[in-house]
Amino acid sequence: MEAKKIEIKNSRDVVTARKMGRKMALELGFGSADQTRLATAISELTRNVVQYAGTGLCTITDQSNKNEIKIVTAVEDAGPGISDIDKALEQGYSSGGGMGAGLPGAKRLVQEFGIDSVPGNTVVTITLRRKKI
Amino acid sequence: MKIPVLRLKNILLTSIQVDLTDEDALNFQEDLLKAVQINDADGVIIDITALDVVDSFLARVLNETAVMAKILGAEAVISGMQPDVALTLVEMGRELIGVSTAINLDHGMEKLQALISKRAGGV
Repeated sequence: MEAKKIEIKNSRDVVTARKMGRKMALELGFGSADQTRLATAISELTRNVVQYAGTGLCTITDQSNKNEIKIVTAVEDAGPGISDIDKALEQGYSSGGGMGAGLPGAKRLVQEFGIDSVPGNTVVTITLRRKKI
Repeated sequence: MKIPVLRLKNILLTSIQVDLTDEDALNFQEDLLKAVQINDADGVIIDITALDVVDSFLARVLNETAVMAKILGAEAVISGMQPDVALTLVEMGRELIGVSTAINLDHGMEKLQALISKRAGGV
């Protein structure tokens, strides 16, 4: 099980993380649309880290098995946390002056999406998966 | 990361060839708008053929840049969006709202010239 860890400290790391996600998706055999979906979703989530928490960690893991190709990406930080997750997932809602498209946008691009958030620890996990042909 | 802005007669031509950080994108926006004013440009084309990711932030910056150019009095066209990028933006619920787009630079040029002559009171 291959895992890539990228420390997120600034917007340059956002670029690094999304490139890493695209690369793994390409290597595992995801199509170009899925590569773009994953890179874009990682970009949204890691930007949130820079914007709201300052620093965090992005872990991209190959969890493929004999039936499917699967990438699980966990983006975590020690920031203030998301007080109202339902609200944060509403299109257009933002507590930080952004467009409010980041979280709901990322959610729409992947097959599974989860948030665990308490003050001091937020983990957003996204899964991209396709059946092996 | 400086994005070159080329002047071609009355229009400005830019092509984003690298993966932009958020700061790069905002600097590009500022540079382009200044160039519109300094060059007294009638229009700008922003070619994004080389971009394989346009996330919600960059989409907003591109959108706003085009609107800002229009407020300054220039027309703006974004050309060359990759199909995967278009697909991802629409799935995310983010579109380049109110911005003229073209499939490639060639068509972008035609569209921009048409917008400019329309604004000048031509056909």
